Amino acid sequence: MPSLQSLRRKIAAFKNTQKITKAMKMVAAAKLKRSQDRILAARPYALKMRGVLSNLSQRVNRASHPLLQKREGKKVEVLVITSDRGLCGGFNGNIARKTSEFVRECEARGMQVNLSIVGRKGRDYFRRRTWPIRQEWTGIFDKLTFEHAIDIGGDLTDHFVKGTFDELHIVYNEFKSAIQQRVIVEKLFPVDTAAEFGAAQAEGTTGGSYFYEPDEAELLNVFIPKHFQTQTFRILLESAAAEHGARMAAMDGATRNAGQLIKKVTLHYNKTRQTAITKELMDIVGGAEALK
Amino acid sequence: MAGKILLEVVTPDKLLLSQQVDEVIAPGSEGEFGVLPGHCHFLSTLRIGELRYRIGDQTNHMAVLWGYAEVTPTKVTIMAEIAEKAEDIDVERAQASFEKAEERLKAGGLPSEVKEAEISLEKARLRKKIADRARKTGH
Repeated sequence: MPSLQSLRRKIAAFKNTQKITKAMKMVAAAKLKRSQDRILAARPYALKMRGVLSNLSQRVNRASHPLLQKREGKKVEVLVITSDRGLCGGFNGNIARKTSEFVRECEARGMQVNLSIVGRKGRDYFRRRTWPIRQEWTGIFDKLTFEHAIDIGGDLTDHFVKGTFDELHIVYNEFKSAIQQRVIVEKLFPVDTAAEFGAAQAEGTTGGSYFYEPDEAELLNVFIPKHFQTQTFRILLESAAAEHGARMAAMDGATRNAGQLIKKVTLHYNKTRQTAITKELMDIVGGAEALK
Repeated sequence: MAGKILLEVVTPDKLLLSQQVDEVIAPGSEGEFGVLPGHCHFLSTLRIGELRYRIGDQTNHMAVLWGYAEVTPTKVTIMAEIAEKAEDIDVERAQASFEKAEERLKAGGLPSEVKEAEISLEKARLRKKIADRARKTGH
């Protein structure tokens, strides 16, 4: 039986842990609020951009712009979006599992896969795996700005044009609600036409060709890179919000578990204490009896 | 007039406006263009300028700084980098940045700095203009 002192220490340790998890939960909740506002605000813009692009890609000659090309290539790139920090439940684990699954699928199709990684956790995980990592970005989630999206989106579009890869998929956590995330594999390159976008198709798209101002080529030149930056930004925001949500849920669970442990150990402690007191009393009584 | 047209203004920060309107006048990069319901499909880039939209006989103003406009017969989508409704513009801030930009222009410097100053000057001028006009028309 553990000594009373060691039990007291244990209870104190659990209480400390509980304080920490509680604080982390509060911090995550505050951050969640902010990042949730950001993603909800950014979504309409990104969806509109995507709608316009899918319309466009149906109408224009796809060969006319390097970023609209469809190539029958064997090289696939997977951009994995993870978090920089841990203690957020299954957030990164789910991504890692889905990515591995997806990469194996691609390899089964005879594709050659490269990874690009956002987030320290993903980097640490995939460094220990066999798949080659082309590029990694870490430490961006503390202060996420559109610059990061320009940076990452620019790198990806450059390499698509250069032919580093023919297909690009992004694996990320979508922010569904504060307590729910969904792992999504999204194809960014090559661009799908409106029909393939399905629900994203805007109304009033049938018939009639577009007029462009300035001319088509120039407009595409500014619009398409912008589109990819916007999408990248949206995905980063999704992931950031989802991360805080996941952490909040995980820390809430941890706090509750710590509470249960404290209850259990406290009960045990009290029982032990009472046993000790009873034993002592019996000793005293026994001693008193002996003196008679 | 045949029906109305849906005007939606989105910026990277939010969905600023989604409203049925009678007419839209937008600052295209090649010149202003007006849109009435039933306009043909049209896609344009936008420059720094003023977006006007009319509901009934009330005209509203909005500052738009770059972006894209997609026009379909039933809908106008403005995707702007920055968009501000006239009543949301901070006049004092616009005035301050106007003066600051003018000073920077006078001081000269690297071509990129001058360019930047010119842009912020134009932004400030536009904000001031729109805010002034909104005040005159009394809303």
